[in-house]
Amino acid sequence: MKTYIVQRLAIALLTLLGMSIVIFALLRLAPGDIVDILFSTAGYISDSEKQAIMKELGIDRPYVVQYLDWLHQIVTGDLGKSYRYDLPAWEVIRPLVPVTLELAALSMIFAVLMGVPTGVVSAVRQDTALDYALRVFSLAGLSMPAFWLGMVIILGLVSWFAWIPPITYVSPAKDLKLHAIQFLLPALAVGYRSSALIMRITRSSLLEVMREDYIRTAWAKGQTGRIVIWRHALKNALLPVVTVIGIEFAFLIGGLVVTETVFNLPGVARFLVQAILWRDYPVVQNLVMFTAIVVILSNLIVDMLYGVLDPRVRYGG
Amino acid sequence: MAVRPATIAVPARAHPTFAPWTAVARFVRKKPLGAAGGALMLLMLVTALFADILQTHDPIATNAAYTLGRPNLEHLLGTDHLGRDIYSRIVHGARVSLVVGVASTLLGSVLGGIVGLLSGYVGGKTDLITQRVLDILQGLPLLVLALVMSAALGPSVQNVVIAISIPIVPRAARVIRASVLSIREMQYIEAARSLGVQHLRIAFRHILPNTIGPFIVLCTAQLGSAILVEATLSYLGLGVPEPYPSWGRMLSVSAAEYAQKAPHLVLFPGLAISLAVFASNLLGDALRDTLDPRLRGS
Repeated sequence: MKTYIVQRLAIALLTLLGMSIVIFALLRLAPGDIVDILFSTAGYISDSEKQAIMKELGIDRPYVVQYLDWLHQIVTGDLGKSYRYDLPAWEVIRPLVPVTLELAALSMIFAVLMGVPTGVVSAVRQDTALDYALRVFSLAGLSMPAFWLGMVIILGLVSWFAWIPPITYVSPAKDLKLHAIQFLLPALAVGYRSSALIMRITRSSLLEVMREDYIRTAWAKGQTGRIVIWRHALKNALLPVVTVIGIEFAFLIGGLVVTETVFNLPGVARFLVQAILWRDYPVVQNLVMFTAIVVILSNLIVDMLYGVLDPRVRYGG
Repeated sequence: MAVRPATIAVPARAHPTFAPWTAVARFVRKKPLGAAGGALMLLMLVTALFADILQTHDPIATNAAYTLGRPNLEHLLGTDHLGRDIYSRIVHGARVSLVVGVASTLLGSVLGGIVGLLSGYVGGKTDLITQRVLDILQGLPLLVLALVMSAALGPSVQNVVIAISIPIVPRAARVIRASVLSIREMQYIEAARSLGVQHLRIAFRHILPNTIGPFIVLCTAQLGSAILVEATLSYLGLGVPEPYPSWGRMLSVSAAEYAQKAPHLVLFPGLAISLAVFASNLLGDALRDTLDPRLRGS
């Protein structure tokens, strides 16, 4: 058990190191840099001035030095300075984190609450009209762009209820009810999409388990359908579902990028888009790295959960 | 002792000819939803091919006299804030969506397929290292990766295709590798090797053709997500640049501003995206059930 965890952690660290190289390299592919962008708004600035700014920002140094410097910063917890805001990157990001976390958590809750029950119903009523309807419903969730769904929700509210959702961020301390509404709608838009994947995997995994002998035994003992399905079958069927929920976290972040933009929520994801457009290397680098860490962590947690949920996987291999 | 040739019964035609139309008819009967998806994809293809004929107006011609116009007989789906005909823009948008979607899916799948083929065939340390590298690529959220890439490469159709295709590579490599691993152990491969056939020839001539089933399934499944990513990138202003009408860009900030005055500005392009992705998902699911029984229902 202990060696297993150590092994997994070592792999996770190596993967993160690799990711940091990929992220760093990708950003250096960019044709322009922050200095060019700042200049294009400020008009002409002489070459010597440009050199001075580049030196100040530290982007005149060789890439290897810049990369090692960045790694050192990550390890020491110093995230560097945002070129654009002239503030420490962490100070720019910090107030945005709770918004995104809240939205992500709410979306995930929506996704599980919608996905698992519909998946179960769909599997139990396999090949009925209800099954087809639920499958089409979930496939529709996979097909609609999250930002469009968000726009349609806002549009619907405005035209049917003549109610305009708050355009600026409302803090929970100021008005809890308004804050809740402000978050529930985008969470619904993001969660619907994730619920589709969860529904599909729940359905297929439950169908597979239902064919097994021990389920037939349970039926033969005369147990009611509800107990067989929810107690015996679902317990084993949930294993792949947990995996998907872990993977889903990565997709969720993608969904948040656009949803935060549509609903005008000051979260990390929306900020990422702006930082990318500004080529604000420290901020983008650190945000994408942050995403990578979240993804790796959620995968790690899923792996650990496996052992808890399935006694057969007690970290043997 | 003389050996007398034995007389055995041989079927008149050992290899019945493959009848594509029978296969299609069977698919339609067995998978009505998948066939509906296929029909929609076909419709999109026809629209993209004949966009110039199907258009009623020039998709990029502005008309200051008729902005934010409601749908009517002259402008079937109304006009946008610059007076451009939305129907014609959607028809041309199908072209952009399909070209970017198909090109990036093919590029990503072929690259990933080759990586998966070699990694699975060579095995050993090469395979292990390749898998770890793919882990790294796959660990980053698809959209975030595409976003950073397209921003780094700059706005052009080519760069958008590259940006969308890179996240597909690890997924394709996984699928092809898994199928190569099982084919590699088959007897006919052993036979080929004992005949002294070169490794590369075995990989590309004897193994590759047998991965076509999973490959088709993979492509159809990725096409939907590629179209979706293109729309999202364009929506965020990092996708296909002007003047190409892209469904995603039609929904961008300027459209959102006028959404209340002219809801058709938001509704129709979004419906087009959803329908296209929905169709390719339906088709992908049905093809997977038909071509790759091992993945059934997953």
